[in-house]
Amino acid sequence: MSGLRNIVDKIKPTFEKGGKLGFLHSTFDAFETFLFVPNTVTRKGAHVRDCVDLKRVMIIVVLALVPALLFGIWNTGYQHKMAFGLNDWGFWNIVWYGILKVVPLYLVSYIVGLAIEFTSAQIKGHEVNEGYLVSGMLIPLIVPVDVPLWMLAIAVAFAVLIGKEVFGGTGMNIWNPALLTRAFLFFSYPSKMSGSTVWTGGVTRFQAEGAAFQCGNGLVDGFSGATPLADPASYSFLDMFLGTVPGSVGETSVIAILLGAILLIWTGVASWKIMLSSVIGGLAIGYLGFATGATELPGYYQLVMGGFLFGTVFMATDPVTSAQTECGKWIYGFLIGALAVTVRLWNPGYPEGMMLAILLLNTFAPLIDHYVIEFSIKRRNKKVKIA
Amino acid sequence: MSNNIYLKKGLNIPISGAAAQKTNKVIVPDVVAVKPTDFRGLVPKLLVREGDKVLAGTPVLADKMSQNILLASPVSGTVTEIVRGEKRKLLEVRIKADKKQEYVDFGVKDPAGMTAEQIKEAILAAGLWPAINQRPYGIIANPDIKPKAIFISAFNTAPLAANPEFALKDEVSNIQTAVNALAKLTDGGVHFSLNSENYSGTPFHKIENVIQHTFSGKHPAGNVGVQIHHISPIRKGETVWTVSLLMLAAIGKLFNTGKCDLSRKIAITGPAVKDPAYVEGVPGISVKDIREFYNPSDKLRFISGDVLTGTNITSEGFLGFNDNQITIIKEGDSYELFGWAKPFRTSQFSASRTYFSWLTPKKTYDMDTNLHGGPRAFVVNDVYSKVLPMDLFPVFLLKACLAQDIDKMEKFGIYEVLEEDFALCEYVCPSKIDIQQIITDGIALMLKEMC
Repeated sequence: MSGLRNIVDKIKPTFEKGGKLGFLHSTFDAFETFLFVPNTVTRKGAHVRDCVDLKRVMIIVVLALVPALLFGIWNTGYQHKMAFGLNDWGFWNIVWYGILKVVPLYLVSYIVGLAIEFTSAQIKGHEVNEGYLVSGMLIPLIVPVDVPLWMLAIAVAFAVLIGKEVFGGTGMNIWNPALLTRAFLFFSYPSKMSGSTVWTGGVTRFQAEGAAFQCGNGLVDGFSGATPLADPASYSFLDMFLGTVPGSVGETSVIAILLGAILLIWTGVASWKIMLSSVIGGLAIGYLGFATGATELPGYYQLVMGGFLFGTVFMATDPVTSAQTECGKWIYGFLIGALAVTVRLWNPGYPEGMMLAILLLNTFAPLIDHYVIEFSIKRRNKKVKIA
Repeated sequence: MSNNIYLKKGLNIPISGAAAQKTNKVIVPDVVAVKPTDFRGLVPKLLVREGDKVLAGTPVLADKMSQNILLASPVSGTVTEIVRGEKRKLLEVRIKADKKQEYVDFGVKDPAGMTAEQIKEAILAAGLWPAINQRPYGIIANPDIKPKAIFISAFNTAPLAANPEFALKDEVSNIQTAVNALAKLTDGGVHFSLNSENYSGTPFHKIENVIQHTFSGKHPAGNVGVQIHHISPIRKGETVWTVSLLMLAAIGKLFNTGKCDLSRKIAITGPAVKDPAYVEGVPGISVKDIREFYNPSDKLRFISGDVLTGTNITSEGFLGFNDNQITIIKEGDSYELFGWAKPFRTSQFSASRTYFSWLTPKKTYDMDTNLHGGPRAFVVNDVYSKVLPMDLFPVFLLKACLAQDIDKMEKFGIYEVLEEDFALCEYVCPSKIDIQQIITDGIALMLKEMC
């Protein structure tokens, strides 16, 4: 440990103000603080501080996403196998294909996103914020696996620049950057983001070029590729629960997402109130639709289909863009769940409503907070007058 | 007891080095300092010159704004040095103490037969008026007004704080006298808050002429600001006064003995203290007088007060006027490899569950001054209200202070808070924001704009 410290101390002056590479100060600082908790001491206020910092909070979220990621890798290969009828594929073939498809998404997401983060920290002379560690982890999990990498790069750049940096970086943004990436893709390149064929790895290329990584005898008879949202009849509830269905990379498995949710709630990093109220909202509208005949599926199906649970657990709970007051969180979560299912059931244009529901409520979160606070202050004033 | 107020929110910081209940040393003061910087908003006017002889109780400083507010010397001796900082700001008046202490005689008085004016004059003349704190803003009380009520917290929940039952066990009758005196200064009564967990164990529950309240819960349940918030919140335009038990004892002694006697038991606490215990001394004593309690070759931080709200006084410094605690902790200026990424970090405490220290609730920790991270913007929003047992929106108040938006600061409760109430928010903040400084700046802005 001290050997490593010595090396860092030796090269540190080069990166400090006036040093040869002084302009890379923020970058150096980011790597140094990644390795070492800095030696800064308290100057003002409380002389001792809690040992938790944002890096720790962020790494917990990243850890919570790992089950969904691992399952996503496996499912990418599994869907490819099923689509092309590759019956001789074993577990490792499946995983290998998944890695080949998913890792490039991660490379693009992190390289583009972090490059922008580092550059803007450099320009502003700030420390590099760790917020993108989570955004970069989320983005590949919420896009179709076949999304062209250049599109993803543009979308990430848009989300980080326009969605975050122009507002002042992590902590200042209005919308969840990962969802903004998806929204950008969704509206700019709708043909790559919707329909039945984009959700299974290799199918888009096979249809265009007649080739894929391994295409066996071509697509199997009766291949549809449609997600449960578009075609709920062809999947069982158990399939949807396990996640062996087409969909965005990380959103399909309820089990993997629940593992993440347990970690987030256990550590207190994400708000259980938002998760619970979103589920209640989704169930309420889901059953309303079931009762009025808008859908043949009972309400609980809405929870396991599409991106509902992934959005509820990982996106709606983003502490920066969600409602900040405890009461506001209940309202915010409920409206997300309710709105997402409403779009699903009554809007024929969009089979999925989670992304737009969260982005819309991100926009309205400050308004919700405003009224919650107004109400609370009024109530307190009344109490004081009586007393 | 039936109307006990239980505060669910809060946090007791498990720092090691609590003082054992014994007095290890009686400090014969050598050089003591009177520090105008102990008081917010005090613009000091010097009343002595270098070389002047003073007695214990001789006024040393006055407030330029209202010159009947005096600050007295705690010892008899000779003024040796007047220390000034930038822009000639007065920092300390240093007094070399005599071997034998002599006191100014203010005359024994019985508050029962005195009017409010006479009581005020007596306290002002002896230089004890700055012991009375006025809210909002936590400034020295304005003697020309009549406060809505006076509040006293009879217990202290701050980390390693001096135990009032031990430190003030001989002062109960003095405190009673002071309460009788102060009760005449307000129509709203003297509100006296006790810890319900130790109600019958404390001699202070026998104090009469007060309106009793009981509280239970973790720190900051003992903060008087938190108690006021639950007893009778401060509205715009109202003022209340607060006095600590420690200063009540001094005021009581003034009436009972005729002396301005600030001597007190001082808790020497903290993980870097050898054999933490109490000493007897006066405010303004030098840290050097307790040198047998620490290892001078270590890099240490000396705090007058507790680790959350105390003042950094360095090894050359002096105990503050309102403090009866000195905390010594190590400076944490070392690097920690992969600190944040380690699954376990058993030597560190975290109030959050992102580490595992919540599994060992009885353990205490040798905390140091390391910040444990880099400063960031507000990201996590629900950690602050978990340690602030007030019906407020802490992050919104802080952001209003940052934006210098006076209307919003008012609305979000700036009148009800002081830095000490937000100290725990600062402690738990994962973004490492200097929250107490934000409140200080907010209060300074209010004082500038509203007075």
